[in-house]
Amino acid sequence: MSALEPGQALPELRVTPDKYLTYRYAGASGDFNPIHIDEEFAKAVGLPGRILHGLWTMAQVARAVSAAGEGPEALRRLSVQFRGMGFPEQELAVNASVKEVAGDTAIVEAEVVQDGRRIIRKGEAELRVS
Amino acid sequence: MTAGGTSGCCLAGGGGPSGSPGGWAGGTGASGAGGSGVAVGGVGCAASEQEEDVALKTDAVGKTYPPVTYAVGREKVREYASAVGEEGPLHHDPEAARAAGYADVLAPPMFAVVYAGRAVAPALFDPDVGLDFARMVHGGQEFVWEAPVVAGDEIATEVEVEDIADRGGLEFYVFESRSTNQDGATVCTGAWTNIVR
Repeated sequence: MSALEPGQALPELRVTPDKYLTYRYAGASGDFNPIHIDEEFAKAVGLPGRILHGLWTMAQVARAVSAAGEGPEALRRLSVQFRGMGFPEQELAVNASVKEVAGDTAIVEAEVVQDGRRIIRKGEAELRVS
Repeated sequence: MTAGGTSGCCLAGGGGPSGSPGGWAGGTGASGAGGSGVAVGGVGCAASEQEEDVALKTDAVGKTYPPVTYAVGREKVREYASAVGEEGPLHHDPEAARAAGYADVLAPPMFAVVYAGRAVAPALFDPDVGLDFARMVHGGQEFVWEAPVVAGDEIATEVEVEDIADRGGLEFYVFESRSTNQDGATVCTGAWTNIVR
């Protein structure tokens, strides 16, 4: 990875969570909130349908950002705000860019967009880059 | 009920809790305008129409909970890594992990959700905290990582109620988690922000 420069866009990560992703993630994470795994429950509480786990979506940010860092422990800090619902079977994109670089650390800003909606906003990562 | 949103299912712009540790990106600026109309997923949109004018109970701020210990298993790391798309060999292949200097497969950073999440749950449901789970949405999350976690580690997580505050008609509950490994080293701290509409 060549040196990161402020303003530089990181490679976009595009991923489409499949129909059963929320079940696998529920099992993997231990978060069985029915809004993620029960279509009828989700609709009964006013949602269009099952929604993605926000922390799964955050993990996509972690993955996208880490790839630009140095080594498997590059990610030092990540904060996000969850601002919208994500849905299975729709592609989402993690967009990230370098805000500043100081020494061996880069600050990266990120958001996640699905179907034109920003479902994660104000993502900020601290990344070891060398 | 909502601060500038257009329906009971909307969260208006309101910034993060200024007291959250480690710098909440975006801070306190955008109250009102920023996010109006941005629907936020969560339970109980219909129920949120009910107005409650009871003063927010903040006595629980500072309360801590007994540590919850989690034994990190190799298959759990693999299962989690696959679920989030982390297919690199360090997360799946013990030999590759050992060659890179780790004792066993390396947990992806967001595996913190697995070992720390279960320590946060008791605080979420604590009557002293009084969080209305049915109207809660996960508003934000921060993790700070300080040391790697690998299969075979035992991670103890302590949780503290960091902040309870009313901001523009929304209740913000912030929980801090601190996770340490069997050697006493801090591996990860988290700030879990939940919002009740």
